[in-house]
Amino acid sequence: MPFGLIKFGLSKKYSEPRMFRKVEQPRDAYDVVIIGGGGHGLAAAYYLANECGITNVAVIEKGYLGGGGTGRNTAIVRSNYLTEDGARFYQKSVELFQDLSRTLDFNMFYSQRGHFTMAHSPASLRTQRWRAEVNKHLGIDSEVVGRDFIKKMVPEIDLDCGGHQPPIHGALFHPPGAIARHDAVAWAYARGADRKGVDIFQQTAVTDIEIEGGVNMSGNVGGRVVGVHTDKGFIKAGKVLSAVAGWTPQIQRMVGLRTPLTIHPLQAMVTEPLKPWLNTIVVSASLHTYVSQSSRGELVTGGSLDPYELTSTRSTLEFAEGLSGHLMDLFPFLGDIKVMRQWAGLCDMTPDFSPIMGVTPIKGFYIDAGWGTWGFKATPVSGYAMAHTIANDADHELIKAFNLSRFGKFRLVGEKGAASVGH
Amino acid sequence: MKLLKCPVNGVRAIQEFSFGGAVREMPEGSGCSDEQWADYVFNRAGEPGVQREWWYHMASGTWFIAERETVSDQVIRTYLWNGDDAS
Repeated sequence: MPFGLIKFGLSKKYSEPRMFRKVEQPRDAYDVVIIGGGGHGLAAAYYLANECGITNVAVIEKGYLGGGGTGRNTAIVRSNYLTEDGARFYQKSVELFQDLSRTLDFNMFYSQRGHFTMAHSPASLRTQRWRAEVNKHLGIDSEVVGRDFIKKMVPEIDLDCGGHQPPIHGALFHPPGAIARHDAVAWAYARGADRKGVDIFQQTAVTDIEIEGGVNMSGNVGGRVVGVHTDKGFIKAGKVLSAVAGWTPQIQRMVGLRTPLTIHPLQAMVTEPLKPWLNTIVVSASLHTYVSQSSRGELVTGGSLDPYELTSTRSTLEFAEGLSGHLMDLFPFLGDIKVMRQWAGLCDMTPDFSPIMGVTPIKGFYIDAGWGTWGFKATPVSGYAMAHTIANDADHELIKAFNLSRFGKFRLVGEKGAASVGH
Repeated sequence: MKLLKCPVNGVRAIQEFSFGGAVREMPEGSGCSDEQWADYVFNRAGEPGVQREWWYHMASGTWFIAERETVSDQVIRTYLWNGDDAS
């Protein structure tokens, strides 16, 4: 054990430098209050301060930074989505991610691996072909590959799944697919925002949102935001961003907005560390399994969404059993490997598998929600787009299709490239 | 193993059931506005708490209603659409 670690363990004081200042009491007023200190909220704060020149910003987090979806996903970054709106949006995110360690001067362990989505039927392969063509049209590196190519890239895979599952016919291969250290993304954005003067409050809950005007005569929600009540007192703010993913319905109730969100847990687990053997990210849509090997050697693996609504991050044995079974269909030699940890995160699912972002009928109230199973990979771009949306009080070009009003107009963005869900 | 009580067939493993979403009141299609219809089709409460929801017992083809707490995942009671418990 390194001597420094022993010294660190025995020291009474936390000797490492803090990532951001500890501000005890919020000021009376801020230009922008961001509810939710996950990747999205912190990225929005960072881009507000660094690109839009708005530094009088507070980020309010009920728990600890990156403790929600940001720290509970399987850290996969990709842009091979199926709709034009989706693919363009996630492509911008991948571009931002690729340069993020340098931009924020923080090692994100961003590792470009190549991303396989296995097709176990001719029908599934047709969908992959469709995705590849949409991707190529938008300049995204994505192609359909055959069994030989898969076997060459992932020699350990059993393409016939031991006869227990339909064999793999081919795959969608997306070379820019990557993994990153998700905690580092939240911390680095927090540090970058803090350096520009953004105040970050952990262990601070928003208890209500103050609206002036409110519901008008015809029953429509409107008015404008004047501030938020927290357990540390009232904070005046003309602009408030809700970036709380699985807790969005509680925030929506405070302002009287209706949303099409239902909350489901999504579970994941990691195995004990192994020597490096899996260089790529392997996803099987039919088996509802995805797996990658982290830089620590652990296999990070996840499955499909829990089948019914629940606002809880409990884990289940059924999930661990089902996922392990499918993992062994693909990689039979994993039978002896131990599962180390299992956990769940909350997913705020939308009916069309696209996010809800942008301005709302309430002036000064902005929403960044509906992040379901696709939130981590969108962290940089959603922060970027929401910062510009807040600064200009109008939806950024990249997120126009994702406004909450699309449901009222029956103008959905059906995203069949989303992960962990049946379509 | 998680169990759920079907009002017709009694207590069964959760794997035999399929979730059907919250019980909601459908507005009269001919009389309501597009906004009301869109609200019915898409919007959900989503908030944690006791929810009345549809469940389907796949083996017997029985739709029924469960009252369930969506934080603790405890089922309070289950009954058929007309309130009967036939089990």
